[in-house]
Amino acid sequence: MTVPSKRLSLALLALVVLLALFPAWGPPVFAAKFTFLLQKVTGIMILAILALSLDLLVGVAGLVSLGHAAFFGLGGYMLVLLSPQYEAANLWLALPAALGAVALAALVVGALAIRTSGIYFIMVTLAIGQMGYYFFNDSRLAGGSDGASIYFRPAVQAFGVTLMDLENKQSFFFLVLFCLAAVYLLLRVVLASPFGRVLTAIGVNEERVRGLGFNPTLYKLTAFVLAGTLAGLAGFLAATQYGFVSPAMLGWHQSGHVLVMVILGGMGTLFGPILGAFILELAHFGFEAVTEHWLLPMGILVIAIVLALPRGLGGLLLKWGRKGEGDAP
Amino acid sequence: MDFWFFLIQVLNGVQYGLLLFLVASGLTLIFGIMGIINLAHGAFYMLGAYLAYWLAAVTGSLTAAVVLSLPLAGAIGYAIEALLVRTLYRRDHLDQVLLTYGLILIFDEATRMTWGSDVLGVAVPQALNWSIRLTDTLSYPVYRLVLSAVCAVLAVAMALVLGRTRFGMWVRAGASNRDMVAALGIDVKLLFGVVFAIGAALAGLAGAMSAPITSVAPGMGDSVLILCFVVVVIGGVGSIKGAFLGAMLIGLADTFGKVFVPDFASFTVYGVMAAVLLWKPRGLFS
Repeated sequence: MTVPSKRLSLALLALVVLLALFPAWGPPVFAAKFTFLLQKVTGIMILAILALSLDLLVGVAGLVSLGHAAFFGLGGYMLVLLSPQYEAANLWLALPAALGAVALAALVVGALAIRTSGIYFIMVTLAIGQMGYYFFNDSRLAGGSDGASIYFRPAVQAFGVTLMDLENKQSFFFLVLFCLAAVYLLLRVVLASPFGRVLTAIGVNEERVRGLGFNPTLYKLTAFVLAGTLAGLAGFLAATQYGFVSPAMLGWHQSGHVLVMVILGGMGTLFGPILGAFILELAHFGFEAVTEHWLLPMGILVIAIVLALPRGLGGLLLKWGRKGEGDAP
Repeated sequence: MDFWFFLIQVLNGVQYGLLLFLVASGLTLIFGIMGIINLAHGAFYMLGAYLAYWLAAVTGSLTAAVVLSLPLAGAIGYAIEALLVRTLYRRDHLDQVLLTYGLILIFDEATRMTWGSDVLGVAVPQALNWSIRLTDTLSYPVYRLVLSAVCAVLAVAMALVLGRTRFGMWVRAGASNRDMVAALGIDVKLLFGVVFAIGAALAGLAGAMSAPITSVAPGMGDSVLILCFVVVVIGGVGSIKGAFLGAMLIGLADTFGKVFVPDFASFTVYGVMAAVLLWKPRGLFS
């Protein structure tokens, strides 16, 4: 089972509380650097949502996608395309429209890609992701290879009253934290549901599931659409945060980066990929501050974790959690 | 579109395809036999190009540099297999992906630290630095022809070694059933190490030979790696014949894509692959 034990849940909850209170304890600790760090942490949480969505495919359903960033990028580009030039987009219209478009794209891509499996699935998703990358890179639809800017963050209004100002970095931080928590809980509920049970079983042994009378294709396709849509949400948030999108958001480098977060964090654990996102991004940030050759320690860190932790960070933590309850070696 | 122009594009496509085959053949064997998705394979290609640049400066001859880069890349490949990859055979495939991803980061940064981030150029050897005149305005560089010839000779040699020797038999047996080969008493550890080293050596050689006709820069292995994965998957994982056909298909598709639909040149390669996989989900030969 990959559901965290009570001891681990409490430890993770403590981390979430610490994160939620960051706007309170951050300023006295980091002083002038706080605003920058607040944005950094917000950016990491957005990537954590992306990693979380990929975990549903890689860690649960056994579908290793190397094109997942395409949906992330598409979510961002949808915001650009839906934003009027001289005023803010309405979040209540833009977000569902963007997610709907991404879901539709994921449905089409998924229907094609799920025909294959194993390394072929990796390569088909890579190919389709790269086609998405080159589509936005080569077309004049949204700035081509230069990318495109969003000058006004989406407005969150109800009956003419502004509920939340997304230009405010602190409000946006809480919005992203809320999304991260909501996506995590949603996936936990999904995994506990009969649908999630079947999906997990498919990840373990697809033939056996087929033998039990289920149609694996339908389950995998549903998971693919759900994961793609959540990646689109992350992309929508990223575009809102940076006010900028570029084709690199869709590229295989981004997909690979997120895949590394998932594997490093611990596949199929859901909380692992979130930790993976934080560790990888904070390590990047820390190494970059020390040396311009930050890729070198980064590579060594990745290799060290692979060699030392067979099931990623999540595996280590699950073991630690079980030890506290005394029901495992 | 006249005949000579068309011929030049075909020659370019075939040359690119042959080069891709040198890199992709190692990749497909490593995956077929060892079950390892080696993301670091492109790094050996890059290493070969840098070795050619460095050795050409030291020895004063590109030919010597290319010949020397082959065993050097092979030795580095063997060392990496023995020190790192070997420890992960019993682990999940994705752990190996992660390991080789870490290796890419280290290789890229190490080359940047050693040779800088600038794009380096390597001169074509004097003896080969001339062109065959085809018409008044069109000509074809001899170096590219020689490159194609060397690659073709190597491809034939590889086919002979794999098809006619005992070692080749082990490799083919390993690609179709790894456990059975081990059960028959063949030293699988050594076999894996040698296959990995040969793959690295071929990728390094391809990089060294292409150094004069491409720009030598950190990260140059990435695009080649992705194209080679495309080649391997089109051909069917573990199949040398498939890798050859896939490489030709991609080499020609890429070259003609750039000529006929320059706006969507990068699209053509992935389009070909998507089409092949939708038709045959496990590649042409599997």
